[in-house]
Amino acid sequence: MVTVSMTVNGKQVSKEVEGRTLLVQFLRDQLGLTGTHVGCDTSQCGACVVHIDGTSVKSCTVLAAQADGAEVMTIEGLAQTGQLHPMQEAFREHHGLQCGFCTPGMVMSAVDLLKENPDPSDREIREWLQGNICRCTGYHNIVKAIQAAAQSMRG
Amino acid sequence: MADTAVGSRLERREDRRFLTGKGRYTDDINRHGQAHAYFLRSPVAHARIGALDTAEAERAPGVIAVFTGKDMEADGVGSLPCGWVVTDRHGAPHKAPPHFPLARDRVRYVGDHVAVVIAETLGQAKDAADLIRVDYEELPAVIDLLSAASGELLHEAAPGNLCYDWELGDKAATEAGFAKAAHVTKLDLVNNRLIPNAMEPRAAIGEWDSGTEEYTLYSTSQNPHLLRLILCAFVLNLPESKVRVIAPDVGGGFGSKIFAYAEETVCTWASKKIDGRPVKWTADRGEAFLSDAHGRDHVTHCELALDADGHFLGLKVDTTANMGAYLSSFSTSVPTYLYATLLAGQYQTPAIYANVKAVFTNTAPVDAYRGAGRPEATYVIERLVEIAARETGRDPAELRRLNFIRPDQFPYQTPVALQYDIGDYEPSLDKALEMIDYQGFGARKAASEAKGKLRGIGLSAYIEACGIAPSAVVGSLGAGVGLWESATVRFNATGTVSVMTGAHSHGQGHETTFAQVVAEKLGIPYDNVEIVHGDTGRISMGMGTYGSRSLAVGGSAIVKACDKIIAKGRKIAAHLMEASEGDVEFKDGKFTVAGTDKSKAMAEIAFTAYVPHNYPEGVEPGLDETAFYDPLNFTYPAGVHIAEVEIDPDTGITTIADWVAVDDFGNIINPMIVEGQVHGGIAQGVGQALLEHTVYDRESGQLLTGSYMDYAMPRADNFPAFRVETTVSACTHNPLGVKGCGEAGAIAAPAALMNAITDALGVEIDMPATPEKVWRAAQARLRVAAE
Repeated sequence: MVTVSMTVNGKQVSKEVEGRTLLVQFLRDQLGLTGTHVGCDTSQCGACVVHIDGTSVKSCTVLAAQADGAEVMTIEGLAQTGQLHPMQEAFREHHGLQCGFCTPGMVMSAVDLLKENPDPSDREIREWLQGNICRCTGYHNIVKAIQAAAQSMRG
Repeated sequence: MADTAVGSRLERREDRRFLTGKGRYTDDINRHGQAHAYFLRSPVAHARIGALDTAEAERAPGVIAVFTGKDMEADGVGSLPCGWVVTDRHGAPHKAPPHFPLARDRVRYVGDHVAVVIAETLGQAKDAADLIRVDYEELPAVIDLLSAASGELLHEAAPGNLCYDWELGDKAATEAGFAKAAHVTKLDLVNNRLIPNAMEPRAAIGEWDSGTEEYTLYSTSQNPHLLRLILCAFVLNLPESKVRVIAPDVGGGFGSKIFAYAEETVCTWASKKIDGRPVKWTADRGEAFLSDAHGRDHVTHCELALDADGHFLGLKVDTTANMGAYLSSFSTSVPTYLYATLLAGQYQTPAIYANVKAVFTNTAPVDAYRGAGRPEATYVIERLVEIAARETGRDPAELRRLNFIRPDQFPYQTPVALQYDIGDYEPSLDKALEMIDYQGFGARKAASEAKGKLRGIGLSAYIEACGIAPSAVVGSLGAGVGLWESATVRFNATGTVSVMTGAHSHGQGHETTFAQVVAEKLGIPYDNVEIVHGDTGRISMGMGTYGSRSLAVGGSAIVKACDKIIAKGRKIAAHLMEASEGDVEFKDGKFTVAGTDKSKAMAEIAFTAYVPHNYPEGVEPGLDETAFYDPLNFTYPAGVHIAEVEIDPDTGITTIADWVAVDDFGNIINPMIVEGQVHGGIAQGVGQALLEHTVYDRESGQLLTGSYMDYAMPRADNFPAFRVETTVSACTHNPLGVKGCGEAGAIAAPAALMNAITDALGVEIDMPATPEKVWRAAQARLRVAAE
């Protein structure tokens, strides 16, 4: 067992976990943050994307112990004081989600894209999303939502 | 305030919880004291189980119990049933060998269930499963469906590994049509096997309460009531009244979550065996690949006969369909009543004959996957029509137009059992041709060729049948269940409305669409309507969501229940206003005495129904009505999709340059949701045509495409933006005039894309059109051109 401490959605947490515990298991099972999903076992689907120190990471690919001391943000931490983040708002407005299962990872990934590239083209968005699989939307409205969010965040 | 009326693009009310991580999927639920199940699965495709020793596993740390098929047998647990008995062409019922939740003496596919380990943690269960010793006495694996007949027998009950040999249509009339033909187009095709891959893996928590002797099953089901019925009546022999199935938010299904599976059965049964501790299982993706019901998997020879003017004279189809190792819940109906009955397409083909043989192989069970039979039918027809046009030098669009069923021919009786109630096919074709600038294709092709690229265009004029029904007809064809839907509409005393529907959203946005319907029908604020679904404890009866039935069948049940509410409300209103019932009109949420300004709002009537101080004699208190709706017919959405592709002959990479879809779904409640359904359907169809392919090793029967590393899931950069429009011919036989839109894209898309790709290549290839396959075809064509 190892002790891991980190900041999750602004709150300091510290727990004893088995060494093999993945960050996604830590978030879901230890902290009850079930918004981060597990859709595969090969780090392909991206349903588990969270931010570690501001960068999007597949939390199924990181041991909880590797995130020791880090700032982690999950989908639950994105909306501030009940106000949806512009990316969440855009997904809702443009119907960028159906079953909702890939959505947390998709949104967290898209937020990181706009940090790196505030004005991405259609092609750049689609290439960025290669690591996030959605089976419902055909990606059409996800791309539209990210474009709309980019526009609203640029002001 | 947002426009909530029927027909408006209302944002979905379920989205806030999904977008903030507050969705509640089965794996998000943890029950007090729960134990974890892990299934030991067969590593071989076909074997007799010799010695099976669980003793060491039972002693491993944290292990609570280990169960095998023998334990379930001793407890009288039955077989997972197939709910549709197909009668073969000799009048005999299909062969339905037993399908036990845990194998008893033999395993029949890689991933088949051998034993379950239940432990304090999942890790402990997995570790202990490694300690189970199984002697697999291996048998030859039957993988190739065309040689299944001569392979090792899978089931004693199914000689020649044949489930059924079935036919539909008039063979003699079809042969007569072919005898008159000026041209016959022939095609051999493979409809490739797919793995549904809903992003949420299947999961289950079974829980037995020793006090009440009641079971609760949390499950990722598209149809919790149907699952309860199957588990209680056929497998576990329990009274339905003692079993509650809760399917909370469901993360996609596409058919794969209709069926009753081994895992949820075992979790439910095992909870009682371990004194009521809840038993939780969640599939990892590898297990999902191995054991979710797969889709498609046909090999077909087909022929289309045409006269000298291009009119279709007859269609012959000979299909072998793979059932996998066991019959999944509705597997047998897919290549028969959901496939051959659709072979008329949008055309006036006077005679059609289909022969379908379903075979057992050592692969995962195959069942309904988005479209279920209808994509396979559309693929047969629309590939044949396109090739016939090429072979006879006709424009593919005009050949279709020439053979379309005309608007004045509806209702139209096809030669393959269905009667289309309504349709109007030319407007969709014209709109699609205009949107894609069909006339300008030649110039675009020339521009591509100038860059050294190949360009192709392909059409698909599909029809499909939604809301499978009516019950009496499907019953006569072998269905073991009714195909109605039920709804309860309950006014609460304060004027809010709870709607309990047996349909169950797994991404379709029912909470929004159904509320739009109810708010408009009852003339009350949208925000006052709550939709409740996915729990047999809260909704009295239901059949669930599949076959694009939710609005056409489930929505119709809701409308009927609303009608009963209005009828009762009218009695109460007449009493309060001292008018005769016949003089009271209902409109926009108000009961009005005709020709006066006397009126009562719906909310006041509801309050009166629960506080009946001044109340009509002989009328029961309360405003809470249930209705069942059994459709009179299927609904028949239809439309035209056109794909345009550009192929790089040096890399074999196909780029979808443009995609237009014009669909007739009848009346539309929420266009935003409908468009989303079309996009998603197209993506799955494109996945089938371009990327996805399930491969079992032909010798060993190992699944070679068992992860996202090997099974090519469509990604965002595989697609263009889709251009989607609709036309409307309202369904004639349901109260909303709606048809269903969930599967259309997946039905239309494969043929459109393969028609475009083969147009560009000038040669036939089978799906999926992988870069390697396309490159070989393109290079061969270039070599021929050079010679």
